[in-house]
Formats: sequence, structure tokens, C-alpha cells
Amino acid sequence: MWKSRREDEKPSPSPNPQQPAPVVPAPTSYQPTRTVETPKMDNYRADVAHIGKSVIIKGELSGSEDLYLDGEVEGNIDLRNHNLVIGPNGRVHANVQAKDIVVHGKVDGKVTGTDKVELKKSAVLNGDIETQRIVIEDGAFFKGSIDIRKSEAKVEAARPAAHAAAAPMFNPPAVATPHAGASSLAEKK
Amino acid sequence: MFGGGAPPPISLNESAARIPRRSTGFNQFTRAILRPDGQRVLDLGSTSSSNINFITGLGHKAYNEDVLMAGNASRLIIPGLEEGTKTVDVARFLAEDLQYEAESFDAVLLWDVCDYLPEPLVKPVVERIYEITKPRGALLAFFHTKDAGAEAPYFRYHIKDEETLELQQGPHFQLQRVFQNRHIENLFHNYNSIKFFLGKENIREVLLVR
Repeated sequence: MWKSRREDEKPSPSPNPQQPAPVVPAPTSYQPTRTVETPKMDNYRADVAHIGKSVIIKGELSGSEDLYLDGEVEGNIDLRNHNLVIGPNGRVHANVQAKDIVVHGKVDGKVTGTDKVELKKSAVLNGDIETQRIVIEDGAFFKGSIDIRKSEAKVEAARPAAHAAAAPMFNPPAVATPHAGASSLAEKK
Repeated sequence: MFGGGAPPPISLNESAARIPRRSTGFNQFTRAILRPDGQRVLDLGSTSSSNINFITGLGHKAYNEDVLMAGNASRLIIPGLEEGTKTVDVARFLAEDLQYEAESFDAVLLWDVCDYLPEPLVKPVVERIYEITKPRGALLAFFHTKDAGAEAPYFRYHIKDEETLELQQGPHFQLQRVFQNRHIENLFHNYNSIKFFLGKENIREVLLVR
């Protein structure tokens, strides 16, 4: 019984598994504009707190549930172990901290995703990122630094593999010299 | 050099195919930054997940700033000295962009940004890069040869591995000029060493050490 029920309740990767996917007309020609992908959030909105695009918040925003933010926030956002989606209309002038952070809109401030930060192609982020994993779609604009903080367990596991992967770069090819391919060389003292 | 100001950047096909290309210059650059861990590497090209993953995978801290996009921003366009002309507000650009403390970075990836930058920004940007790079820091820059032609498309550079780059056609920027080797040496005259590598597809790769 438990098993079948779990299967019923298993979340689908699609945000709206019960309904057929909306029919999106295939692009017929190239549009020379920066496209803004509207996330499909119908069911997601029902499960998480939602701040609409007409809402402006100035001050501290904290919570213990997932949040979909399509409005404007000036201050700090702290969701700790919960997820944050900044929608295409979202405008954030704040330091942001959450578990998973997905950015479709614009952020000015430091973004700390304890698990993952994802910048969609419409994202504009001016600020530093600190996270364990990062995904950036082509077209996203990012200005700042990225600090990848791996968990202690992952650091220990990854260290030998990283060194092994880096090792070949220490060894020059058997035939090529370090300057192979150099067409000309001008050294200034 | 080719005339005409830089048009506003227009997004082309964001999912354009990536073309792999071996790069001796990048291979040499990678060797220069391999050790120790924890270096600060500044990527001045288009934001690339591959580049960030590669840099952070080496144990370094990645910084990204799309200088070309910033340099072509409409807010920087101001009237020129002659009536009817326009130019770039260099002072404002330097006040808002490439704002880092002196000698902050161990390495800088400039790619072919200099070829596409508006003329007034080229020298100030190169000087600012010099200021924010540490002594013995590495700089990798690409320059088109004259055979590339005035319509050479702008590509994003994605790092695939330590000797392979992937080129993806990016926003539309007009090639502004072609540097001769002598021009490049003059532009980067403060640097301790400069090495030229002939890349594929009419690109010269230049590795500089501050």
C-alpha cells in the first residue's frame, strides 16, 4: 500500500504533471531580442509562497518554506533550507540565501545557495555567488565572483579525482614542446 | 578602423552550435595557472558555465565580467566633440566596470574582446586590466588577423578542457579593428613577456605575463 501510494505522490520533474503541456508554437523565425522564458509554475505556485509582480518589499524577508518571487525586494532574503525561484519579473536588490536558487529575473546582491544556484537565460545577476553547484544557461548575464563551496564529504571524495584529472596537464606531450604551435615568439625582459 | 560605431548588442541564437577548436595559447595559459589552488581568475568574456566549472574545478575562484556587453551599453553613449557624433563615456565605464582592487587577479581571460571594443575603451580597459592583475599574473588574449574580414562574427568562448575551446556564435558585435603584432606589443608594453601563437581561423593567440 505504501509503495503504490508513494508512486502516486512521487513528484514529477514537470511542474504540472496532471495537465497536458501547453502548446507552444514553434518559432518560425529568429527574433533578435533577449527572450524571457516564463517558468511554468502553476502547480508550483500552489505549493509555495508566492509574491506577485506588483508587490514591492523593503526590508528583511525570511521564511521556512519555498518561495516564488516575481516582485521586487530591497533588503535581505533568507530562506535557509528552502528553495527560491526569482521569476522573470523579479527584481531583487538584496543578499539572498536559500538552498536552491533559480534566477529568471534580475538580482543585485550576493547570492548564497547552500545547494545549487541556477541562472536561466533571462537572468541578470550583479553580485557574488557562493554555492556548491552552479548552472548557467547561455545568454545569462553575470558580473561577480563565484565561490564553489563543496561539502566536507564531497571535498574528501573529489580531491584524488581532481588531482588525477589535473595530472596530464603537468606532462607535456611526448612529441610537442611547450611552445609547439607558436608561430612567432617575442619575449621582453 | 572598419568604420561605424558598435551597434547595440543583439542576441543571436542562444543555442547556436559549439565549434571545438584546439588552442595552444589556452593550453599554455592553463599550465600557468595550474598551481597553487585558490587563484583568482577573471573571465572578461560572455558568461559561460563551462568556463566557471573549469576554473573552479582547478580549485580557483572564478570572476566574470562581460566587458563587451558593458562597454556597448546604451547608458555609456554620449555626444561626441563634433556635432552629430557619439562617443563612449570612458570615465563612467571605468567608474562602474572593472572595479577591483589593484593586483587582485592571478590570471585574466580577455579572449578577443579588444577587437570588438569601442575605440575609446581599448586603451583604458587594457590599462585597468594591467592594474588589477598581480605581478607575474597571466593574460590570454586573442586577435583576429586581417584575413578574418570586417564581418568576422563574434563568438563566445567556452572552455572544454585544458587544450580545447568551443566557439559559439554570440551576440552581434561589429569587429572594430585588426591589430598588427606591433600594435599588440605597444598596447601591452607594460607586460614582462608576450608570446604569440597562430591559432586557427585567422586568430592570433597571445599569452602575456605581467
